[in-house]
Amino acid sequence: MQVTMTVNDVEVTREIEGRLLLVHFLRDHLGLTGTHWGCDTSNCGTCVVWLDGEPVKSCTVLAAMAGGHEVRTVEGLAKGAELDPIQEGFRQCHGLQCGFCTPGMMMTCRALLDKNPDPTDAEIREAISGQICRCTGYSTIIRSVRWASVHEAAAKQEEVAQA
Amino acid sequence: MTAVQEPKLTTFDDNDQKPVGYGRMLRKEDPRLLRGRGRFTDDVQLPGMLHLAILRSPFAHARIVGIDTSAAEAAPGVRAVVTGAALAEQGLAWMPTLSNDVQAVLATDKVRFQGQEVAFVVADDRYQARDALELIDVEYDVLEPVVDVRKALEPDAPLIRDDLEGKTNNHCFDWETGDKDETDAVFARADVVVSTDVVYPRVHPAPMETCGAVADFDAVEGKLRLWSTTQAPHAHRTLYAIVAGLPEHKIQVIAPDIGGGFGNKVPIYPGYVCAIVASIVTGKPVKWMEDRSENLISTGFARDYIMRGEIAATRDGKILGIRTNVLADHGAFNGTAAPVKYPAGFFGVFTGSYDLEAAYCKMTAVYTNKAPGGVAYACSFRITEAVYLVERIVDTLAYELGMDPAELRLKNFIKPEQFPYTTKTGWVYDSGNYEPTMRLAMDMAGYADLRKEQEVKRANGELMGIGIAFFTEAVGAGPRKNMDILGLGMADGCELRVHPTGKAVVRLSVKTQGQGHETTFAQIVAEEIGIPPADIEVVHGDTDNTPFGLGTYGSRSTPVSGAAAALVARKVRDKAQIIASAMLEVTVADLEWEKGRFQVKGDPGKSVTIQDIAMRAHGAGDLPEGIEGGLEAQICYNPSNLTYPHGAYICVVDIDPGTAQVKVRRFIAVDDCGTRINPMIIEGQVHGGLTDGVGMALMEMIAFDEDGNCLGASLMDYLIPTSLEVPDWETGYTVTPSPHHPIGAKGVGESATVGSPPAIVNAVVDALKPFGVRHADMPLTPSRVWDAMRGQATPPI
Repeated sequence: MQVTMTVNDVEVTREIEGRLLLVHFLRDHLGLTGTHWGCDTSNCGTCVVWLDGEPVKSCTVLAAMAGGHEVRTVEGLAKGAELDPIQEGFRQCHGLQCGFCTPGMMMTCRALLDKNPDPTDAEIREAISGQICRCTGYSTIIRSVRWASVHEAAAKQEEVAQA
Repeated sequence: MTAVQEPKLTTFDDNDQKPVGYGRMLRKEDPRLLRGRGRFTDDVQLPGMLHLAILRSPFAHARIVGIDTSAAEAAPGVRAVVTGAALAEQGLAWMPTLSNDVQAVLATDKVRFQGQEVAFVVADDRYQARDALELIDVEYDVLEPVVDVRKALEPDAPLIRDDLEGKTNNHCFDWETGDKDETDAVFARADVVVSTDVVYPRVHPAPMETCGAVADFDAVEGKLRLWSTTQAPHAHRTLYAIVAGLPEHKIQVIAPDIGGGFGNKVPIYPGYVCAIVASIVTGKPVKWMEDRSENLISTGFARDYIMRGEIAATRDGKILGIRTNVLADHGAFNGTAAPVKYPAGFFGVFTGSYDLEAAYCKMTAVYTNKAPGGVAYACSFRITEAVYLVERIVDTLAYELGMDPAELRLKNFIKPEQFPYTTKTGWVYDSGNYEPTMRLAMDMAGYADLRKEQEVKRANGELMGIGIAFFTEAVGAGPRKNMDILGLGMADGCELRVHPTGKAVVRLSVKTQGQGHETTFAQIVAEEIGIPPADIEVVHGDTDNTPFGLGTYGSRSTPVSGAAAALVARKVRDKAQIIASAMLEVTVADLEWEKGRFQVKGDPGKSVTIQDIAMRAHGAGDLPEGIEGGLEAQICYNPSNLTYPHGAYICVVDIDPGTAQVKVRRFIAVDDCGTRINPMIIEGQVHGGLTDGVGMALMEMIAFDEDGNCLGASLMDYLIPTSLEVPDWETGYTVTPSPHHPIGAKGVGESATVGSPPAIVNAVVDALKPFGVRHADMPLTPSRVWDAMRGQATPPI
């Protein structure tokens, strides 16, 4: 079957099998290997991408179901050379070690900040509770999101002041 | 020398520091990983690449009567179907394990654990390969499995390893350490003897990235390129040369980015060998990537020790001796990844951090119908088990004596003046200063106040527990005189090359799986030679482009390879000094090193930088007599001893009396890993290990039913901590440098995994004191805690 969707602002059309998972479509058909595959059972969250702005586990979404929708992956976070504040937060606060869960974590955390720019630690923990990190013990991920939150708020204030 | 420092919480401002050497520095590997530009094994795509899937046994113990592959061979996209019989024709059906046992690549005679490899399919894509597995028809004659480790040696137990000539039972090995008679004598005259049966259940490292490989055999060149999830690329290359009969110089093992290892990626798994065979057979690159269930049921598990711990002491709390008897479940093949002369790993450090008069351990290891493995999950070669045992039985002694567990530990610590300290089992602890570490943890926790709070809560019927664990680790294997893996000495090479413009490349034999080697090793070299870390490229994980060494596990990278990096930099600096003396027209003795430059003593204005020297070393004009051009060196470092980091951990738990749910409220970890290279990375290593500890203590277990079916075969059944199960970690540190390591550093990667489980279990048992509970085994799930509260605590196996 043919599927057409928008991935990171670019429209793509491919001939696929109906059973193809979105995670494999992104990785094997589009070469977007930043999204990872970790468990098959929706437990680990390494495969989280956005479907119309909402984080979803792409191991549990058929590529066909994404047809006509907008998908965003970790490759679509940075604006050129400039990292998204959530990426910069992870870098500044050591929110990653092996980096395997990181793309999925960042997609969830970015979506959280878009809805709730100043989350509490408990809200951040709740947001990422469907995902597993084996390296960091989560504290530095919480700090990373706080870093992004604080810096985005400061940047917005600056914008307002300049306006 | 010990400096006790106040713990310092990370603040955002610290990020601006960019040290030429040690200090908090952001990681060099992060930019690619943050952009989704990391390159993990499953990201490798080669033209014409095929996909391999493995058919696994549904039974724990069964004879293979016949395999019909004809339907699978005819399936769409299938290029090859290979069985054990086909491999046997090439002499490839069996391979050596890292413990001098053998393991089936594909089963020929019997399957010996559920999930064992039986056949593989190679097809055009991964879905087709999986489809074809369904079409392979295997006829099994099901045999009675050996699941209960306690019954493995009974005379009528089914024989698992009938492949081994003359084998008549399921005995794997016996091992002992210490002095039995001396220990018995100490126990005979002790005022108090406490005995506790302790189980460390089977758990699994379950890194986020499963195991896999891409094999690309070029028949014209005769060269095999293998991208694989390996923590030990050089050791793997040598073993492939032995197993597959390929010449070693025609094998290139590449370990690209690795999504966590924790010891799970040390052994050679049948899947890697299958991928190599498949590439040779098809003439195409072949990718094998296991799924999560395959990872959990077939790759290296951890622990699985049943231990009886006995501790002897005087009435006033002086520990006299420790005696232990261990039954070890090694699964169907002895695949333990440990130095060959240490079949029980470093379990011999079970005397812990205490000054004893005698100690003895007797261990029996057996085969069962379960997956092989044993040494994994950040265990420092079984120190997890040793520390768990000693820290549990010290707590039971405190209970028996009515002493505070902190006080009992402080009373029995090895004293600073006793180092280097030789334990009763022959381990030479290099350095330590335990009391300040313990005191700092108690101060951070507010220990006295916590005890007061507990008293009030107990009076109200609330269940609050405070658990302490103190550990000494033994890491950095190891001295080649007694440590090797399959005859390969555990030394590590390092090469440093300074380019003409003063930038450098350092090549390592070890391989990061997330520990940050690209940053830490650049900092080690930077500290020695004064080139900024940003100007030092770290190359690792590619056997064609790095010197030989045994890889990253057992917290050995900094103790062994880190020493190599420091020493190779000093070697380059020595040469640079000779060149500098010519440039400045003074003698070598007239020069002094100021980080990054040599200057004339008493005339610091007269100096040359390392960059100036590098250009001179490569440039026109004469060099001093006997000095070759270029500025580079290579060494192989053989450690004279292990390093012995230590730490004090305090855990505070609350238990809901209505649901028996354990909540870890606080966890205070004070670690001493000697000289600290990058505090940010060290803190991260500790946080990760503490989270492992919560998993093992409260949630994780690979269990089996009576038929040998694995009950932890997915992440729905094998529970790993999420952000909701762990607290915000509180860390602190002391610094006791290693006297024999060139920069005084000790390993830290596994300390927290070793130290945290006993702290948590001790806290839970402490919380259950009102119920008279003296011990309860991991994992302390609500149902197991509930049973303990009702006086019905049972071992998990």
